[in-house]
Amino acid sequence: MSLVPDQLHYRESHEWVDSATGAVGITDHAQHELTDVVYVELPKVGAVVKAGDHIAVVESVKAASDIYSPVSGEIVEANEALSADPSLLNTDPYDKGWICKIKVADPAETGALMDAASYRQHIA
Amino acid sequence: MVPFAGWEMPVQYSGIVDEHRGVREKVGVFDISHMGQFLIKGTGAEAFLNRALTNNVSKLGIGEGQYTLMLNDQGGVIDDLIVYRLSDREYFLVVNASMIAEDEAHLRGLGFGEGVEFANISSATGGLAVQGPKSREVFAAVFGPDAVFPEHNKILFSLTGEGVLYLCGTGYTGEEGFEFFAPATTIEGWFDKIVQGCRDAGGGPAGLGARDTLRLEMGYPLNGNDLAPDKTPLQAGLGFFVDLTKEDFVGKSVLDSQKAYGIPTKLTGFRMTAPSPPPRAHYPVVHDGQVVGETCSAGLSPSLNQGIGMVYLPASIAKSGIPIEIEIRGRRFAAETVKKPFYRKPQASS
Repeated sequence: MSLVPDQLHYRESHEWVDSATGAVGITDHAQHELTDVVYVELPKVGAVVKAGDHIAVVESVKAASDIYSPVSGEIVEANEALSADPSLLNTDPYDKGWICKIKVADPAETGALMDAASYRQHIA
Repeated sequence: MVPFAGWEMPVQYSGIVDEHRGVREKVGVFDISHMGQFLIKGTGAEAFLNRALTNNVSKLGIGEGQYTLMLNDQGGVIDDLIVYRLSDREYFLVVNASMIAEDEAHLRGLGFGEGVEFANISSATGGLAVQGPKSREVFAAVFGPDAVFPEHNKILFSLTGEGVLYLCGTGYTGEEGFEFFAPATTIEGWFDKIVQGCRDAGGGPAGLGARDTLRLEMGYPLNGNDLAPDKTPLQAGLGFFVDLTKEDFVGKSVLDSQKAYGIPTKLTGFRMTAPSPPPRAHYPVVHDGQVVGETCSAGLSPSLNQGIGMVYLPASIAKSGIPIEIEIRGRRFAAETVKKPFYRKPQASS
């Protein structure tokens, strides 16, 4: 069973956002499907993105996967720890494996995303 | 599961890196039921195969196999395959899954003539590959302690109540092992038995993902990635499997000419020399500021923990130690050409 924390919001393409902190990452389900993450191309701090924009690349042994922003806003921080240890995305996708933090432009936008219950159904 | 040439194939079970290491260190079993099998027999079979394929089947003793190539009239590769000699006048061919129909059409197009019987038994035949240093242990557990293990490039076959079993001393990983072909209806049962044998030996099932990383580390070409209808086996570095002393075979005149006048490009190994994203197929390859090619098979080597790959480079720089760059999403990363295989098994310490 994949972990799906209740307090987060989810995109169909398996990214999560924490509306309280603006942290963005990929879900436990996504990391399990990718397995063995070996490289993360982080978003550029200062970039202004729209929901659905391509912001990062996560590469496993198997494939390169594009990561899309769940929300619109400015990238204010990127998780440099992933450059040194990309496997944090596998071992701790919701905490140490966060990808970036976004200063969310419109908090109402998260309403368009899935809540935990919907995402659980989405991956069932 | 991913669709692959009409089959639903597992890319991974426990994870590509885990399965890869399992095969290098212990043992793994791959389902290779998608692969194709042809039987060619008759008084004209030997001459036909010598005309259709690059290697010399006349060199095969009964029960022996060889890697060989099927070429088009331009000397380009249609498919790479293994041909085994089952008896005086009977041959067993194992071809790539995606090429079964095309290979058959090509062979039929050459005209079998008198004394050649052809049968495509691909859909009725399944296959499993057991690979890794503990392959013999698994073999003994599944087939009994007295069963004869097929030596490298040898084939053993036996008629059972369920049909013919073919046991081949071949593989695609660089490890000791065997490939095993049997009636498709029996493969699931064999798979369960062999998986249990592998688990008892500390291994388990392995998917297409690990099969790809294992063969890439050995520098083994994959048809469609590294072999192509516009590249000859001499360009692919497979001259060892081409017998130019044979009177004739399809594509020979082009190969004779390349042998005499040189090849334009050659498949060359490379490794990344600085931290970079993993190289993958179809990335531009740069030398002296100029794009000189495009990556063929490429990826992260789990054994070396380094990006490796292959590229057709102009003959002048198709040798080891040449600095190149791989362009990944618009950025160029340092690499250098290297000899294949990329991975060599550590010698057992004495």
